[in-house]
Amino acid sequence: MALKYDDVVAKYEPTLGLEVHVELNTNTKMFCGCSTEFGAEPNTQTCPVCLGLPGSLPVVNEVAIESAIKIGLALNCSIAPFSRFARKNYFYPDMPKDYQISQYDEPICVNGYLDVEIDTDEGVKVFRVEIERVHMEEDTGKSLHVGGATGRIHGAEYSLLDYNRAGIPLMEIVTKMVPGTGKYAPQVARAYVTELRDILRSLGVSDVKMEQGSLRCDANVSLSPMGSGKLGTRSETKNVNSLRSVERAIHGEMIRQGNRLENGERIIQETRHFLEESGETRPGRSKETAEDYRYFQEPDLVPVAPDAGWIEEIRKTLPEKPSIHRKRLQEQWSVPDKEMAAMVNAELLDTVEATVNLGADPTKARSWWLGEVSRLANEKDVAPTELMTPAQVAEIIALIAAGELTDKLARHVVEGVVNGEGTPAQVIEKRGLKVVSDDSALMSAIEAAIAAQPDTAERVRSGNIPAAGALIGAVMKATGGQADAARVRELLLNHLGQGN
Amino acid sequence: MAAISRDEVAHLARLARIEMSSDELDHLASELDQILHAVDRVQEAAKDDVPPTSHPLPLKNVTRPDVVVPSLSPEDALSGAPAADEQRFKVPQILGDAE
Repeated sequence: MALKYDDVVAKYEPTLGLEVHVELNTNTKMFCGCSTEFGAEPNTQTCPVCLGLPGSLPVVNEVAIESAIKIGLALNCSIAPFSRFARKNYFYPDMPKDYQISQYDEPICVNGYLDVEIDTDEGVKVFRVEIERVHMEEDTGKSLHVGGATGRIHGAEYSLLDYNRAGIPLMEIVTKMVPGTGKYAPQVARAYVTELRDILRSLGVSDVKMEQGSLRCDANVSLSPMGSGKLGTRSETKNVNSLRSVERAIHGEMIRQGNRLENGERIIQETRHFLEESGETRPGRSKETAEDYRYFQEPDLVPVAPDAGWIEEIRKTLPEKPSIHRKRLQEQWSVPDKEMAAMVNAELLDTVEATVNLGADPTKARSWWLGEVSRLANEKDVAPTELMTPAQVAEIIALIAAGELTDKLARHVVEGVVNGEGTPAQVIEKRGLKVVSDDSALMSAIEAAIAAQPDTAERVRSGNIPAAGALIGAVMKATGGQADAARVRELLLNHLGQGN
Repeated sequence: MAAISRDEVAHLARLARIEMSSDELDHLASELDQILHAVDRVQEAAKDDVPPTSHPLPLKNVTRPDVVVPSLSPEDALSGAPAADEQRFKVPQILGDAE
């Protein structure tokens, strides 16, 4: 390709738009009492309502309404005093009713914003992402395309449908157009989805697992020539299944569009599909326009008109915002910006906090999680939290503080826990990793070392303190590394008349 | 003037994936046109003092508690399906891309 990313952002200005779909973690579906449990056998969580059988009637899940209001309030939205559901009609077998119950012109939450911080060339800068709406709808079923070489829809002979997911409460959070992000557009998109995910998690309304599809992002971007003031044609990229992919998808799409414009080609308004391997996008199906969905008010449901008093009750229950929570922790723990960012980027802040809440020193907790545990996690290509629990790390830190483990021994304990040898206490027991703190045992090892290296011992006696290193090394070797080196040094120097 | 054109009827048929012959389109276009004109008469009667309604009863906030109730067995769920395989509904080849 001719233009590289830097060339594109020098000539064109991007405008972002992000649509995030989040599945709520309610016990039951949006309009019926079927379970929403993830991973059940196909079609074991369906009923006449979510299968769209004749004569069935939907009834709204009250917790879903409450969750929607919580989300709206956390995103600084106004909560509509009167809101209605609508039918979105389309012919596709992922919804057995042939329509999805959604909201159209009367969504429950409107006009909010979310501020995100980006590390720019001029220092940390705040970008405000304005939110157009949050509306309630239902998720679709899952299709399995059979036949054809790729498992994809093209070339498939038939498809198999599992409707367990059909009807699970889904919130769609739509931003307004986000101008003015320039070359930081990919980072702003990622930071927005990250912050949104953290907020949703802190509200406890969703599992927010991108890899399981409970949080999904569609990324819109368009380019316009620098200073033209005109809005370009946008594309919408789907299948963006991780935070990193959000950033890569926008980045890749900006390069593609920039090169098309540079060659005098038109941008087609279309849905594109993100390719995880290459970071590029390919065209998806041509989408029906809003008009084609023939939205109309859902006659089977009555309006939602939340009482102002109830909204204020909910507002009082909102937790501390993740951004404020982070600032408070950073102050309490006196963590430098850079290390705080490292913890946040590694998604270990909650884990470190949990470890500190179990009594561990914040600096130690941070260094074990980001150091040894992360290193082992990288080797195994899993998340650090899959290897150890905050309780285990806190236990190891406590043992070091009590002088029962050295840092070196503690690393062996971590390794043992990670390899499934049991709890820290069990690993210490099985591997015999206790610090040798018995002075008499250390003294006999010291005496043996002196007997083996009489010349070295003589040099220490006559004042050559650095020579003691060889003797200390010998003692550490004899005790299998389980002695506290500082204590060995102290005992040795005293014994050779060099103690203070 | 016609409230709906023959082309619009053809477009609707395509969206609903209903195959229609040229004669059927002619016929339906004129019938739908009459129906829409009838609806227009209702609109004439409904002035600003009549709020648009989506439900015949003046109800709001009808909800249910978030409590799981038993679902259908997969056998029952699939019993009305023309075809099923691997405990899933089997549908003919879908054209277009997945959402």
